[in-house]
Amino acid sequence: MTSLPKNTVKKLGLAIDLDTCVGCHACVISCKEWNTSNYGSPLSDMDAYGENPTGTFLNRVHTYEVETENNDYKVVHFPKSCLHCEDAPCVTVCPTGASYKREEDGIVLVNEDACIGCGLCAWACPYGAREMDADAGVMKKCTLCIDRIYNENIPEEDRQPACVRACPTNARHFGDFADPSSHVAKLSTSRCGIELMPELEAKPVNRYLPPRLKTDQGSNNLPDILTPMINKVPKNLKGFLSWVDKVLEKI
Amino acid sequence: MPKGLQPKLDISPKVSDTIKKTTCYMCACRCGIDVHIENGKVKYIEGNKDHPVNKGVLCAKGSAGIMQHYSPARLRAPLKRVGERGSGKFKEISWNEALDIAKNILKPIQKNAPEKLAFFTGRDQSQSFTGWWAQQFGTPNYAAHGGFCSVNMAAAGIYTLGGAFWEFGSPDWDKTKLFMIFGVAEDHDSNPIKIGLGKLKKRGAKIIGVNPIRTGYNAIADEWIGITPGTDGLFILSLIHTLFKAGKIDFNYLTRYTNAPFLINGIKNTKESGLFLKDKNEKPLVLDKKSGAVVPFDTPNIKADITASHTDENGLHRTVFQLMADKYLCKDYAPNKVAKSVGISAERIVKIANELATVAFEEEIVFDQEWTDWKGERHKKMIGRPVSFHAMRGISAHSNGFQTCRSLHLLQILLGSVEVPGGFRFKPPYPKPATAHPKPHFKVTPGSPLDGPHLGFVHGPDDLAVNEEGTPIRIDKAFTWENPMSSHGLMHMVISNAHAGDPYKIDTLFMYMANMAWNSSMNTQGVMKMLTDKKEDGTHVIPNIIYSDSYSSEMVAFADLVLPDTTYLERHDCISLLDRPICEADTVADSIRWPVVNPDRNVKGFQSTLIDLGVRLKLPGMVNDKGEALYKDYADYIINHQRRPGIGPLAGFRGKDGDCRGRGDPNPDQINAYIKNGGFWSEKIPPEAQYFKPWNSSYQKWAVDRGLFDSIQPYVFQIYVEPMRKFQIAAEGYGLKQPPDQLRNQIKMSMDPLPTWWSTKGSGNESSNEFPIHAITQRPAAMYHSWGSQNAWLRQIHGENPLYISTKIWEKHNFSNGDWALLSSKHGKIKIPVALMKALNEDTVWTWNAIGKRAGAWALDKNAPESKKGFLLNHLIHELLPPKGDGLRWSNSDPITGQAAWYDLTVKIEKIDMTLDIAEPVIAPQDSPVPKAPHNIKYGHEF
Amino acid sequence: MKPATSLIIFTVLSGFGFGLLFWLNLNLYSSTNFPDVIIFPTAFLISIVGLISSSFHLGNPQRALLAFTQWRSSWLSTEAVLAVLTLFTSFIYAVLSIVFKLYIFWLGLIASGMCLLTIFSTAMIYTQMKTVPRWNMKVTPVLFLLYGTVGGSIILNNGLLSFFLFLILGSVQIWTWKMGDQQFKRSSNIRTATGLSTKDKYIRMLEPPHTGSNYLLKEMVNIVAQKHIYKLRWISLCLLSLLPAILCLLTTTANINYFTFLAVICVINLIGTLISRWLFFSEAEHVVGLYYDR
Ligand SMILES: Nc1nc2c(c(=O)[nH]1)N[C@H]1C(S)=C(S)[C@@H](COP(=O)(O)OP(=O)(O)OC[C@H]3O[C@@H](n4cnc5c(=O)[nH]c(N)nc54)[C@H](O)[C@@H]3O)O[C@H]1N2
Ligand SMILES: Nc1nc2c(c(=O)[nH]1)N[C@H]1C(S)=C(S)[C@@H](COP(=O)(O)OP(=O)(O)OC[C@H]3O[C@@H](n4cnc5c(=O)[nH]c(N)nc54)[C@H](O)[C@@H]3O)O[C@H]1N2
Ligand code: SF4
Ligand code: SF4
Ligand code: SF4
Ligand code: SF4
Ligand code: SF4
Ligand SMILES: [Mo]
Repeated sequence: MTSLPKNTVKKLGLAIDLDTCVGCHACVISCKEWNTSNYGSPLSDMDAYGENPTGTFLNRVHTYEVETENNDYKVVHFPKSCLHCEDAPCVTVCPTGASYKREEDGIVLVNEDACIGCGLCAWACPYGAREMDADAGVMKKCTLCIDRIYNENIPEEDRQPACVRACPTNARHFGDFADPSSHVAKLSTSRCGIELMPELEAKPVNRYLPPRLKTDQGSNNLPDILTPMINKVPKNLKGFLSWVDKVLEKI
Repeated sequence: MPKGLQPKLDISPKVSDTIKKTTCYMCACRCGIDVHIENGKVKYIEGNKDHPVNKGVLCAKGSAGIMQHYSPARLRAPLKRVGERGSGKFKEISWNEALDIAKNILKPIQKNAPEKLAFFTGRDQSQSFTGWWAQQFGTPNYAAHGGFCSVNMAAAGIYTLGGAFWEFGSPDWDKTKLFMIFGVAEDHDSNPIKIGLGKLKKRGAKIIGVNPIRTGYNAIADEWIGITPGTDGLFILSLIHTLFKAGKIDFNYLTRYTNAPFLINGIKNTKESGLFLKDKNEKPLVLDKKSGAVVPFDTPNIKADITASHTDENGLHRTVFQLMADKYLCKDYAPNKVAKSVGISAERIVKIANELATVAFEEEIVFDQEWTDWKGERHKKMIGRPVSFHAMRGISAHSNGFQTCRSLHLLQILLGSVEVPGGFRFKPPYPKPATAHPKPHFKVTPGSPLDGPHLGFVHGPDDLAVNEEGTPIRIDKAFTWENPMSSHGLMHMVISNAHAGDPYKIDTLFMYMANMAWNSSMNTQGVMKMLTDKKEDGTHVIPNIIYSDSYSSEMVAFADLVLPDTTYLERHDCISLLDRPICEADTVADSIRWPVVNPDRNVKGFQSTLIDLGVRLKLPGMVNDKGEALYKDYADYIINHQRRPGIGPLAGFRGKDGDCRGRGDPNPDQINAYIKNGGFWSEKIPPEAQYFKPWNSSYQKWAVDRGLFDSIQPYVFQIYVEPMRKFQIAAEGYGLKQPPDQLRNQIKMSMDPLPTWWSTKGSGNESSNEFPIHAITQRPAAMYHSWGSQNAWLRQIHGENPLYISTKIWEKHNFSNGDWALLSSKHGKIKIPVALMKALNEDTVWTWNAIGKRAGAWALDKNAPESKKGFLLNHLIHELLPPKGDGLRWSNSDPITGQAAWYDLTVKIEKIDMTLDIAEPVIAPQDSPVPKAPHNIKYGHEF
Repeated sequence: MKPATSLIIFTVLSGFGFGLLFWLNLNLYSSTNFPDVIIFPTAFLISIVGLISSSFHLGNPQRALLAFTQWRSSWLSTEAVLAVLTLFTSFIYAVLSIVFKLYIFWLGLIASGMCLLTIFSTAMIYTQMKTVPRWNMKVTPVLFLLYGTVGGSIILNNGLLSFFLFLILGSVQIWTWKMGDQQFKRSSNIRTATGLSTKDKYIRMLEPPHTGSNYLLKEMVNIVAQKHIYKLRWISLCLLSLLPAILCLLTTTANINYFTFLAVICVINLIGTLISRWLFFSEAEHVVGLYYDR
């Protein structure tokens, strides 16, 4: 039955670094590419070459514009896939038991053979992480690449989600948040990883590492080495050249 | 769910039957890919972990390569035009018929007037081969797309440093502490830049983005400078001014590694004024501080004096450094003088100069690595200035781009940060100074090959491709007084010049991989007209058009004969050190593509087609005395062709047994050796040779061993580019080769041998009052020019493109969401959807490049959003400047290199009081030579 | 949310059907005016049509039986199971009462209670959605229960009672709309959704992830113009409450109590309910819209 496990042994998930993501969509397409020919039914594309193409994607990158502290504007690219919530509302609403959260690692999956395509889980998900495939009529979602991360046919170093492996900037990190010594847990702690919409109490596992605080107008804390120099360097050409000479003598 | 009740999953499925390792072609970054094949079909593509370029990562286009490979827009057989040009009506014919048609057109040309063939090859990754083919044919009219792409960057880099950004070099990603990136949206070094940025972020190094638009790389920059388009040169020179004023310059570096100490002939008004003082052996001279003597600059154990002047019997000669001080200490470059033009406050300019100086000089890094310089001096350590830069078309695609790129290189040099740890590093075969490159060749002998390679570097008026009367020899007018240093040719002028018969008429336009009837051209509608125009006798103004494409592009519709290419997974290809290699700063590397699957259509790799055509034409070098083919196909050429003895297209696994690197006899098993090695060959540069390459004797020796050069080529950076001065001297009236009078002023102004800046507003392309807004484009990371749109996955990300508008303009015109606007330039008008963007320079609007499509192209539905809401800015840009009343055709290009000035465009905007459902101009649809695309797809269901 | 026809029909008809059964099982109606041979099957028919309609919403209806398995955790499953049990219990009650004229009070009571429970669990499918704040209110099940039972109350042939019930329904509906309009603001916003800005700084979507549409947008981001909403609210309020209430009042004064007239009231109320239910879906904002800045 679709009740959630009380506790999962591991809490596998992603830490996504918004300070590093350049919005290149590599993770979007590598995800589509892996998952369309692996776990479950393919991710179809309707009217693929037509007027209104719509396809199933398990990961999409949004782009926001945010005002900074000093009234500058910055652009933040925001990749979004399933956050493998601890209190996944998508699981408990499922009438068929197709949606479930794995006890061993916390991955939230859809058993497509049992899914009736009622769409309720997608409604229940706060994050828009589930998409019904228009061709197969079953619910699709990020599997955390379960058929990669344990796959013995894949070299060990590659046993990570397709999106993580593809991401050119290394903005995506995969690991076990239940283990405080894991890379992702440490990253999340040190960078104050954000939990999305905590008020909805889904307890997402994935964390977003916020854009680092920046002095968008240049750093004020650097020593000013130029001004004192400017005052010392003679202004007319002749003086300048002989000053350079003296500097060179010292080298 | 309790574990016991959880469904049993196959978490260890087999990924595929076989992995074939080859090279991506979805852009010119050329990453290594692992192509997974199941039941003979391509199933999955991922990055090759061992590959020097991408180290396993893969961009969106690369992952979507599958969809490109299975695209419904793939051509299926050679096509012969049956309708009017541009209509898209074709009939499929056999290869034999197609190549016979081509032969019958080309043979008489080759025999009688080879220049009547203009062979231009777009974004060609086999230029060393296509160039060679054109050379054997004998036409002077060959180039690839570099002239409209980024020749400013390439030429400025090579003339100044002996290499530029992108394929020529990259920041020292592992050590740099401050990285500044100018005018880059995506670049061809796509994955390496992203990997590099990731490294900087991990180490907490600072990134400063200089770009009117804050997306992509600029979005993650720690500091963003929303500069006014076209003013980077001024901004950089202001930084230089500030550093000069503070004396924060690496004098030691200038003295040792640049021509700053060179003495300049100071005698006014002679044909030598402003040239280097030289000795009898043509060696530039410097003043030795130790001895007080004037000696050749490369004399060992001297200490060149950069500040002193030298007086001889003719008068006073000053050093390059003195001229620099003259120029850059000038108030014109003072931060408060430039602030308004560049859109950056004076205070901030000083702050950035301070930051550059602080990191370069106070945070210098020391690397325990001994090395010996070109004069034999041994250095205990490698000292690095951890400031690095990268730039691309944002600074190069302007009519002041060459000098702007030079200014940036000057800044790098002044900070002592080129080829040092933490700075900018070259990738082999660079560094390679302009003098080590060929000069342009253009001597035509009907029936025989051209006298040498077409493209190269001029070193003065004598090298120009003009005949006695001063008229251009090349159809694109490259290497003429209009744009003397046009090292990559001017592909964007070919159609326009051929149509105008200026400088002469041609017979056949032969193109490969360039969508010239669409996004590769300025003035798209005009170009379509030029391609279809007929003379009074009913024949076309451009008589024959032969074109090779893999897909049903807009350009295909305008060809008389289409030679269909394969997809990148179906053919041999060679990414050669003779061309634009895939090397990284510490690795020399080249790679191949090979047919990982065979085509299921009647198509052929274009390079093999060219060889076949060359054999039919009996071109020298392609047939033996008996007229028999020397190379059976491109693969055979790759293995057996030799440019110089022992040097061939591929450097790896040479020699009979495949154990030679760089130099060696052809190895019949070479391609298999590459395949076994993962599709590439690479070798790490020895640690001692990894930095200071232009002056590092172990690098120089190693480069000769590997066949990069035949003799060592140490050199110093050319802050002062003497060849430019030579053009100025000619313009001043000295010498035999003289420019036409109307160009004298332009040459005097633009050919400043020291980096300089002028406003693009002077280019005639803008009038700040009537068209006050800058309009530019950016490459979307997930799209490659026009071909991304045939990709079912990528087109969902970018199926249409609004014009992004700054807050100031948005509010001024009272725009709101969903509005449309009329955008006009001096040249044309378009109607397009708009959207607001705040992180944008206030006088700028922009859109994504090449999303708009002609209806009927790319096997897309006629109502596809790409043709209804997608649009091109190209309609507003002209390849010529507005007429100046002198009856001459002035090209919209950089006056030095001929680089197309895409980003000089200025416009005005008006709100349209209704919502349109189609962007204007509306171009009549073209017929599709390929069958209708499937409606729904579920790629992967068969696996 | 997308106002899917199948779901509107499902919730309205099954609600109405079970509401009718609620009264029928209590045996409080006058069977002279409403012969049970007609009215019971009508109630069953309406409920069953409603329930069947829900399956048109499914991507894989052939597996619909699986939806009965998760009754302990999923409201949808609970509803399905309850609906069947309720229909079954009511059916027994109906057969006994119609065929055997055996009116087992406690059985009727249980069946009626189950009717309410079924309507309640239908409502809970929506109410439980924290992601749709407009639904996620205590009043939602109350409203559903009212919708289900008020219309059917006419079979009690008590004009005054129905008059008041219709007015209560109308008032609760107005209250729900009013409350609902505040709900979304109280829940989440683009700042909590993205975590990007805690302060009162400007944040907006610059580019959507894809220029085209997608399942989420089609299913959960439905935008109806405010002015349409007010118009429709008025129309539905008139039809579902005011007009039926007035007509019910008429029945008391003019003593009109024949079948067709009352049926007309029902139909008017049903149309009002359909419009209100259309609004229930259309107006409901899903928090995922925040990611799209809508
Ligand atoms: N994904 C993808 N990658 C590509 C391509 C592609 O189509 N798609 N195309 C390839 C090709 S052919 C090329 S040439 C390269 C080009 O690579 P880029 O040079 O990165 O390409 P552009 O998009 O032309 O970038 C121009 C950038 O300069 C900025 N800019 C414009 N004017 C100015 C200015 O005056 N000053 C400054 N500082 N910035 C300015 C623009 O805002 C934009 O960000 O990309 C290659 N890589
Ligand atoms: N407004 C504006 N316009 C621009 C620019 C800009 O910045 N702004 N940038 C300019 C620049 S730098 C460039 S490089 C051009 C790029 O523009 P183009 O050179 O026109 O590039 P594409 O249209 O992407 O590709 C050219 C053709 O190559 C074909 N092709 C793809 N793969 C193969 C293959 O394997 N074999 C063969 N034979 N053909 C193939 C494609 O189908 C396409 O028709 O656009 C230029 N246009
Ligand atoms: S691949 Fe990495 S950098 Fe690119 S959009 Fe995804 S997370 Fe961001
Ligand atoms: S993100 Fe959505 S789909 Fe994923 S576990 Fe949480 S609620 Fe479920
Ligand atoms: S769509 Fe499938 S997985 Fe989602 S709730 Fe319905 S049955 Fe469960
Ligand atoms: S973990 Fe796998 S399924 Fe999930 S977003 Fe990444 S690639 Fe897609
Ligand atoms: S950057 Fe992307 S498209 Fe270009 S070669 Fe690499 S993987 Fe292919
Ligand atoms: Mo380009």
